[in-house]
Amino acid sequence: MRRQFDSPIVILGSRLLSPYIMVFGWYVIFHGHYSPGGGFQGGALLAASILLIRVAGGRRISRLQIQEFATTPLAVIGVVIYFATGLVSMAMGGYFLDYEMLPIPGLDPAWLRYYGILIIEIGIGLAVMAILIMIYDNMVRGEDYA
Amino acid sequence: MILFAGVLIYAANDLPYRGDPDNLMHVEKSVTNTQVKGNYFVQNAYRDARTPNMVTVVLGDYRSIDTFGEQVVIYTAGLITLLVLRRTRKIRRALK
Repeated sequence: MRRQFDSPIVILGSRLLSPYIMVFGWYVIFHGHYSPGGGFQGGALLAASILLIRVAGGRRISRLQIQEFATTPLAVIGVVIYFATGLVSMAMGGYFLDYEMLPIPGLDPAWLRYYGILIIEIGIGLAVMAILIMIYDNMVRGEDYA
Repeated sequence: MILFAGVLIYAANDLPYRGDPDNLMHVEKSVTNTQVKGNYFVQNAYRDARTPNMVTVVLGDYRSIDTFGEQVVIYTAGLITLLVLRRTRKIRRALK
């Protein structure tokens, strides 16, 4: 990205498309229990909506959305959500990633498994989104410094 | 190319119909009269996790450690790009 120039048409088009892609990404994550989809696919869609703004607007505009230093902590949070779910259920007396033992009161074991799957899908989605953005940022910055 | 396509089409004629409950992969006992393992997931996925999508249950519940491994693989790929592609000022000065 040596030379940047603004194009209002490209910016406007990507601004129009990006929120809908992001909403569809959340839909794919949360509706993965009933239809094809899940954490990986939804995370890729979320990353697509953010990378669209990044490709179209350059680094100055993308700084308003998710900053470059924020991607690595988001990826770590995503992995830690998954791992902590497993560890909590193991600490409550079950096996590793045995969602029956999650300490959410007032739910059957089957519904606990339902919500456990939902929690880890959100973790996967966050991690995949942050890592795809991180790969793009690192490629762009590496080219800048080379 | 056309010969290969012909071989594939000839082989596809022998495939079983989709969704037929009498298919070989859907029966409880296999040819050698042993229990088919995947049968358990088909029968008990909804009862165990209240989730109609069977694939999600297998990925997120029965095989969740495998999914955790996949996530760690992606995470490692991201960290490797952090190490390899990003050149800090110090490295740039050392390269000169």
